[in-house]
Amino acid sequence: MFLHELLPAFLTGGLICALAQILIDKTNLTPARVVVLFVSLGVALTALGLYDAVVDFGGAGATVPIVGFGYALAKGVEKGVSLYGPTGILSGGVAATAAGIAAAVVFGWLAAVLSTPTAK
Amino acid sequence: MNMNMNKEAYLAYVKQVTPASPLGKDLFFSFLVGGAICTVGQLFSHFYLSMNLGRDAASTATSITMIFLGAALTALNLYDDLAKVGGAGTIIPITGFANSIVSPAMEFKSEGLVLGLAAKMFVVAGPVLVYGILTSSIYGLVLLLMQRL
Repeated sequence: MFLHELLPAFLTGGLICALAQILIDKTNLTPARVVVLFVSLGVALTALGLYDAVVDFGGAGATVPIVGFGYALAKGVEKGVSLYGPTGILSGGVAATAAGIAAAVVFGWLAAVLSTPTAK
Repeated sequence: MNMNMNKEAYLAYVKQVTPASPLGKDLFFSFLVGGAICTVGQLFSHFYLSMNLGRDAASTATSITMIFLGAALTALNLYDDLAKVGGAGTIIPITGFANSIVSPAMEFKSEGLVLGLAAKMFVVAGPVLVYGILTSSIYGLVLLLMQRL
């Protein structure tokens, strides 16, 4: 399990985050812009057929970073278009990521309501 | 500082007074923390797969779990401490997406539950959804055209 799952996940996830760190440190891109860039990159790499191999190797190391959100959107659109044609263009991506988006809204709202911010 | 300096001189001044970011150290910790968060994700994925959830459902369950952890650690004021060390290693994983939702929501909840908390949940997450959905829709359009042509 360690060699076949955990180590590839650690290396892949670590590498993706290190790449983002280089962009944050060495360019004028803000962290928010880098996150947006990485989602779009996830869609583009999946569209070009390049990200499947990264997911096969890295597992959660490829899907937990925000690039994996772009991967899930693109995979969902592929499925949507093949199943429903034109409407799948708009329904496929969100359908595939609906649980994650709803989880972020529900847990995010609860976490914010139940917590108290500390003075910074 | 000279108050009449032009833009180039000002940028040079900013560069001069901004402390150099130690790239090597930043890279090491973002790799370590980002890798560790993904390893936790892999452990959950392994667990859900062992419960015969199937590949897609296990992947969804893993995302939900990581989002929950990111939101909970932010609410407990622990994620910010981790972010100080991990940098991009805490921003890029999906836990960072949850953090970007909870953190401003906590800060602005004193301004109300609607235009304070709820509106500010999407300061960063909103753009991520906008550009993610936009690019994937463009991809869908291209796919459809390629099928029909």
